[in-house]
Amino acid sequence: MKKILVLALALIMALSAMTAMAEGIKVGIINLDPAESGYRQANVQNLNEVFTAENGYDATFVTAPTADKQLEAANSFITEGVQYILVSAAEATGWDEVLEAAQEAGIKVFLFDRLIDCDPSLYTAAVVSDMPKEGETAVAWLESLGLEEYKILHIQGQLGSAAQIGRSGALTEKCDAEENWTIVREGTGGDSWDPNEARNIAQAAIDAGEDFNIVYAENDGMAAGVVAALDKAGITHGVDGDVIIMGFDCNKWALKKVLDGEWNYDGQCSPFQAAKIDEMIKALEAGEEIEGGIIYNDEKGFDAATITEEDIETYGLGSLEDEVTLD
Amino acid sequence: MSNGFKKKMASELSQLLIPLIALGILILFNLIRDPRFFSIGVAVNNDGNSVLTGNLISIIDSASELAIIAMGMTLVTAACGGQDISVGAVGAISGAVFVKLVQAMGGINAGTFAAAMLLAILVTVCFKLFNGTLVAVFRIQPMIATLILYSCGRSIAYWINGDATPQLTSPILTAIGMTIPGVPVPTPIFCVLLVSLLLALIFRFTNISLYTQSVGINQGAARLNGINPILIKLLSFVLLGVCVSVASLIGISRLGQLNHKTLLVDIEMDAILAVAIGGNNLGGGKFKISGSILGAYIIQMLTTTLYAMKVSPVNVKAYKAIVIIIIVIAGSPVVKEKLRAIWKRLKTGRVARKEVA
Repeated sequence: MKKILVLALALIMALSAMTAMAEGIKVGIINLDPAESGYRQANVQNLNEVFTAENGYDATFVTAPTADKQLEAANSFITEGVQYILVSAAEATGWDEVLEAAQEAGIKVFLFDRLIDCDPSLYTAAVVSDMPKEGETAVAWLESLGLEEYKILHIQGQLGSAAQIGRSGALTEKCDAEENWTIVREGTGGDSWDPNEARNIAQAAIDAGEDFNIVYAENDGMAAGVVAALDKAGITHGVDGDVIIMGFDCNKWALKKVLDGEWNYDGQCSPFQAAKIDEMIKALEAGEEIEGGIIYNDEKGFDAATITEEDIETYGLGSLEDEVTLD
Repeated sequence: MSNGFKKKMASELSQLLIPLIALGILILFNLIRDPRFFSIGVAVNNDGNSVLTGNLISIIDSASELAIIAMGMTLVTAACGGQDISVGAVGAISGAVFVKLVQAMGGINAGTFAAAMLLAILVTVCFKLFNGTLVAVFRIQPMIATLILYSCGRSIAYWINGDATPQLTSPILTAIGMTIPGVPVPTPIFCVLLVSLLLALIFRFTNISLYTQSVGINQGAARLNGINPILIKLLSFVLLGVCVSVASLIGISRLGQLNHKTLLVDIEMDAILAVAIGGNNLGGGKFKISGSILGAYIIQMLTTTLYAMKVSPVNVKAYKAIVIIIIVIAGSPVVKEKLRAIWKRLKTGRVARKEVA
C-alpha cells in the first residue's frame, strides 16, 4: 500500500514538473481596466492574443484600475516567481520598491503604453506611444494640404495629460511660427475628454460668428461633439466640405467616418505593443542581447483620400458591429 | 387682492428673487459686453431643416439635460434632505440599456424606439429604487447610499454594452437631439417643457407636492398625519429615474453615439448646484422646481458667457466657481436675513421721513 502511494506521489510530482516545463515562459501582465476606453479594450485584447500558451507563454493577466491593486499584483507575481512582468501603470510614481524587489529576484520588467517615474535601470524596456510625434504627424499632414490660411478650432484633451501636451505641442508651435496659421479658438473637453463640452465650445464659436476652416480635436469623441454642432448650424465638413475635421485615437467608428468622407484625418494612438514585447522576450530567451530603454511604437495618420477598409480592420479600435441604423 | 395672497406671492417670489437677480445681471452683463449676444437667427442645418440659432437658443438648448435632471434632484432633495450623486452614472446605464435593446431589435423605428425607451426608463427606475431603498428603508445618508452607483454605474453600463462607443444613426434620434423637421426650435427644449408639464400635472392633481414637503420637514409628524414617508421618498427616486432616462436619451441623440464614459459626465454636481441656486434648501422640506430650472439655465448661461468671452480653457472652471460662490452666498439664509433687515430699515426710515414731512 505504502509503495503504491509513494509511486503515485512520485508520478504526480514528475507530471507536475513536466507540465511546468511545458507551460512555457512565465509572464505576469498588469494592465488597467478594459472598461476605461476603447483604447484600453484593444490593448488588453492585443496582449491576450499574443501572450498565449500556443505562443509559448504561461501568462497571468491582471487588470486593475488603481495603483494599490496593481502593486499588490506585482508583489504576488514576484512571490510566484514569474520570469517577466509587464506593466501599464495607473500612476507613474510609487513603483521603485516593487521594481527593485523584482530586479533582486531576477525578474525582467517591461513597461508598455505608459512610462513610470523611476531609474531606467529598473526596467528592461518600455514600449510607449510618442505623443509629441502624433501631433507632429497630424500637423505635417495639415501642412501638406497647402491651404492659403489655417484658421483652427482647437479642442484640447485633459489639460496636463501626456496625450494633450503631445498633441497640442506641434500645433501651437506651428501657429506661433507661421503667419497664416491661427488658432481661432481654444477649448478643452476637460478631464473626461467630454464630447458634450466640445460641442458647447464649437457652438459658442459658431454663435460668435467665428470663422474657422479646421477642427483639431485631440480625440475622436470630441471631434464627434464638434461635428454635431457643425451639423446643427449647417456648416459642411469633411471631404468637399467647408471645415476639415481631425481626430485622434483611431476608433473604428471614427475611421469609418474618415472613410465615408465626413472627417478628413484621424491620428493613431496605437495600443498594439504586445508584438514588440513578445519579440524582445523571445530574443532574451534565445540568449540574445536586446536594445532596451524607451522604444516608440510606430503610429500612423489616416487620410480620407487614402484610407481603406483594411486599415479600419487592422488599426481601428473597438468594434463596428454595434452600429445601429434605421433599416 | 387679499393680504394673505399678497404675502404668499411675496414668499414665493422671495425664493426666486436671488436666482432671478443673478440671471438679470448675467443678461445685463452680456448686453453691455456685446449687444449681439442675444440676437436670434435662422440657419439651415445639414439635414436641410431650418433651425433657430444664437447664444440664447444655444443656452436654453444645451441646458436641457441639466434642467431635466435638476427637476428630479429637487424632489429627492426635498423628500430625503440629501442628494443623489449617481445620476450621471445611472444615466450611462439607461443609455446602455436603450442602445442594447435597439440593437437586439435590429434597428430603430417608431416601435422599437418606444419599446426600448420604456424599458430603459424601467431599468433606470429600478436602479433609482435601489438608491431609494437604501435611503428610505435603511435610512442611509443619501450621499453615501448613492455613492455606490456613482462609483460603479459606468462599469455596469460597460458590462451591458461591451463596446466603448456604439454609433446610432436614425431620423428619430436626429429629431430628438436636434430638431423635428419643420419645427425650428431644438427638440431638447420641448423635452424640458414635457417633463415640467408632467410634474406640474402630477402636483396639480395629487397631494404629492405637499406630502413631499411635510416628509422633508418632519418625517415623524408626517407619519402621524397618515403619510408614509418611505413611499414618498421612493416616489421621489422613481421620478428622478424618469428624468435621468430622458436626459440620457437627449445626450445620446445629440451626438448619435453612446460613450458610457462621457454621457452626462459630472452632471450630478451641476444638478445639485442648480437646486441650490434655485433657492431650495438642500436639507429638504419646501421646494420650488421652477427655481431649479432657473438654476440650470443660469449655470449654462455662465458657461456660454465665459466661452463667448474667450476665457482661456485653463481658467474657465475657476471663473465659474467664483460667480457661483457669489450667487450661493447671496442666496444663503444669513445674507438673506441681513438684506431683509436692511430693507425693513430702509422702508421704516422712508415711512418715518414721510411722517416728518
